[in-house]
Amino acid sequence: MAMPVAPVLRYLRTLRRFWGTALATQLEYQLNALIELLAMAGNLAGSLLLLWLFHRQGVALGGWSWNAVLVVLGAYTFLDGLTSTLLRPNLSRIVNHVQEGTLDFVLLKPIDSQFWLSLRTISPAGLPEMGLGVVLMLWAARRELGALPPAPLLAAAVLLLAAAVILYALWFVLAATSIWFVKTWNATEVLRAALTAGRYPVSAYPAGLRLLFTLVLPVAFLTTVPAEALLGRLTPLTALTSLLLACGALVISRAFWAFALRFYTSASS
Amino acid sequence: MATVMARGLRKTFRVADKQPGLAGTLRHLVHRRWRSVQAVREVSFSIEAGEVVGFLGPNGAGKTTTLKLLSGLIHPSGGELAVAGHRPFRRERAFLESITLVMGQKQQLIWDLPPLDSLRVNAAVYGIPEREARRRIAELAEMLELGEELTRPVRKLSLGQRMKAELMAALLHRPQMLFLDEPTLGLDINAQARVRQFLADYNRRTGATVLLTSHYMADITALCPRVLLIHEGRLFHDGALAELSERLAPWRQVRLELARPLSAAQLAPYGEIEALEGCEVRLAIPRERLTATITRLLAQLPVLDLEVSDPPIEELIGRLFRQGSLEPAPR
Repeated sequence: MAMPVAPVLRYLRTLRRFWGTALATQLEYQLNALIELLAMAGNLAGSLLLLWLFHRQGVALGGWSWNAVLVVLGAYTFLDGLTSTLLRPNLSRIVNHVQEGTLDFVLLKPIDSQFWLSLRTISPAGLPEMGLGVVLMLWAARRELGALPPAPLLAAAVLLLAAAVILYALWFVLAATSIWFVKTWNATEVLRAALTAGRYPVSAYPAGLRLLFTLVLPVAFLTTVPAEALLGRLTPLTALTSLLLACGALVISRAFWAFALRFYTSASS
Repeated sequence: MATVMARGLRKTFRVADKQPGLAGTLRHLVHRRWRSVQAVREVSFSIEAGEVVGFLGPNGAGKTTTLKLLSGLIHPSGGELAVAGHRPFRRERAFLESITLVMGQKQQLIWDLPPLDSLRVNAAVYGIPEREARRRIAELAEMLELGEELTRPVRKLSLGQRMKAELMAALLHRPQMLFLDEPTLGLDINAQARVRQFLADYNRRTGATVLLTSHYMADITALCPRVLLIHEGRLFHDGALAELSERLAPWRQVRLELARPLSAAQLAPYGEIEALEGCEVRLAIPRERLTATITRLLAQLPVLDLEVSDPPIEELIGRLFRQGSLEPAPR
């Protein structure tokens, strides 16, 4: 790492405080925390039931065996959990910061404002879903292949991370537009719906949609590519494309944020 | 050396010009019309390190916009601006570590948690080591007379306690430049006085530069030897408070409670009538004639009660601008 040690430590310490206070805030309302916990359990049960229903039918989609489909579904479940844990709690707040003018406080801190806005809070209710996603991927891949060699495992982990970065960057750019359109016309819901399309392998969709999901909305890179990696079916070119896409998306999100801030007028007192 | 340098500072906002009603909304949807609002026009001033300067002006004069320009929240539309050797809107780390902005209307403390939690977050953000942070918290808490309030959820604190805790959060990193926008807003008289005392102490102890806006004249008189008077985005007065008071103080407000209602014509000889409602009267009386006029009032009118006070700053400034007695400060 080119970064000096001290700033990294400062960001880590800040993150610890961020999440510590986020948890403390949620625990402040005991009933609310209990309801969250119940909702999480219900959500998890629902996902499992859905899986079981699919399993009974044993359908194959887009030339993928049932177990391979489950790997894709695992990747989707992981990203959906990530959405509930970090993306939604943090990024949907940006619009409030803009509306109420509290973005001022964030911008005046000697810390990266994108870091602050993206990681200020955490909702642990989504963590089990993330865990379930990973377990499902591993379990289904093992059933499909009979073994889990380390190379595809590593590739899948990296590409799942890349998928998370792509999803985050898209979401952040949409949330950042609230600097102009104070109401973010629920564009993020569109993104979430697109993510839902990633429940199934891209090849299960008609050609037109397949193109859309690969070129316009990178749904293919969110779920299908990490699943392919785990199943050892990935071409190096796709892997490279996914990584470049992740890096590019992150860079663009940062540039876009810097650009958007030029238009920030700071809601008056 | 001047720590704040503003030369020809300008800020123009583009706002939508929208007629009321459905028709207006539809027209706005199809054909948007924009209007430029010049919030700050050609403002020039400089401030030395350690000075305490008050920003005065009616609502919408451009005070808050100027503070936001100085703290780097918004880009200037034109002119030059340097604060502590930095260009504020670049928001470089060294700059942000040396300034703070307190806004009476917005809060940074976490609503559901005790102030101590917010303070720890800020300590981490500013990279203040834990032990040092504890020391500073103890020191600030003593200066602000905060104790167990620091471990009570913010939502359960009184407005005064909350503002003190806000000040702690804003000062933990020991800024050399304080921008305060209405720091005493809504506080009761005692709390206002304590906040003022604290700010004066802080300025004395640390030599920090303080820029503040306030609706309360007492804040300005107690803290600011120098004031900048801004109206419609222009700088009208830059100088000692004493100079400004000379222009403002000729008027005193005299409230009267009468035994029976009197007509405006009967009251006019005593001073300018500001309000007349039944038996309640408010007059503006030139200071040099105050004693004589009061003697006459008491002798000639059925006065039950009488109270002399300084008019609210907003009113004074409003009167000043209505009379047009101030020309833009020559630069």
